[in-house]
Amino acid sequence: MTNPLSPHLQVYRWQVTSVLSILHRITGVVTSLGSLLLVLYMTSFAFSRELFDFINFVFNNLLGRTILIGLTFSVLFYFSACLKHLFWDSGYGLDLITAKLTGWITVVVSGLLTILIWFIIYGVI
Amino acid sequence: MVQFNLPDNSKLTKGEYFQTKEPSKNVKKFQIYRWSPEDDKNPRMDTYEVDLDTCGPMVLDAVMKIKNETDSSLTFRRSCREGICGSCAMNIDGTNTLACTKAISDVKGDVKIYPLPHMPVIKDLVTNLKSLYKQLKSIKPWLHRKNNEHSESENIQSRDERAKLDGLYECILCACCSTSCPSYWWNSDKYLGPAVLLQSYRWLQDSRDEERKERLKELDDTFKVYRCHSIMNCTQTCPKGLNPAKAIAGIKQMIAQQ
Repeated sequence: MTNPLSPHLQVYRWQVTSVLSILHRITGVVTSLGSLLLVLYMTSFAFSRELFDFINFVFNNLLGRTILIGLTFSVLFYFSACLKHLFWDSGYGLDLITAKLTGWITVVVSGLLTILIWFIIYGVI
Repeated sequence: MVQFNLPDNSKLTKGEYFQTKEPSKNVKKFQIYRWSPEDDKNPRMDTYEVDLDTCGPMVLDAVMKIKNETDSSLTFRRSCREGICGSCAMNIDGTNTLACTKAISDVKGDVKIYPLPHMPVIKDLVTNLKSLYKQLKSIKPWLHRKNNEHSESENIQSRDERAKLDGLYECILCACCSTSCPSYWWNSDKYLGPAVLLQSYRWLQDSRDEERKERLKELDDTFKVYRCHSIMNCTQTCPKGLNPAKAIAGIKQMIAQQ
């Protein structure tokens, strides 16, 4: 009889810091894949007008815009979380209260900046 | 290796339900992980009703009450019942802690108790910590002096030097932190984990230790320290309020500054 493995991910309660840690990893992947997408967008007119029109069409509807807004948040969150890690690696802000606080700050700031950027794009402000 | 799902032999099944003998108004349900090596069955979750009017305040009191009065086969480690031996470390209400210092009243709803996560189960709430002890041994957790002869006097330390060990020496090696760490779940064969690294840092910070360079050299590889991604489950869960994440950041800095 082999000993079972005790449950882990299945039962362990999510913490603010662990959620933000996995979000950091996910936004890292999304940011690198998303930048490929942007490069395709920005170079498409060099290939052909049809390609540019097509990609423009893809980005210019609800789904495409949602992806771009998500990508904006992803880049901003990834950047601010990286900044937080820079401080951590220099030995600052690793006590629990500061770590939770700075975690929330990265979420709120990147959320607000995303809204601000898209308000500007849509000419709201 | 990252393996999100439990192996087939580890998947949980529904267990038995034990009611209180006499009716009571103040009943709390305890769902407890059970597995016995004596049959071929998968682990199961048994539910026990506990009358809180006749039970002590801590989760360990309830678990002992269940063992004494309802089901004597329930197996767990405990010793000091005051948070200094580290034996009764288990996963209670989603995080790892000592059953003896966790108040039942802190848990909303049913109290779910599992063994320390991602460890081989020996029986019920008892896990096999052999690999962790082996890793602890590998960092040589004792004072190293170059001159091995017995000196005539004590190894003197200033107050400031002694103060550097505060927040490190209090660790009781209950393994709550290491078994809360996703990095340790996926790489426990190569990554040392928060508990062992905090111990390592304790000796790196000791002014009397004369093997700092060798210790750091030993730690400097891609897995032993650097699988720490500051997820901070360790610091959040430590029942003694210590900060292994900060200790690991300290080790990284010492290696970088060398």
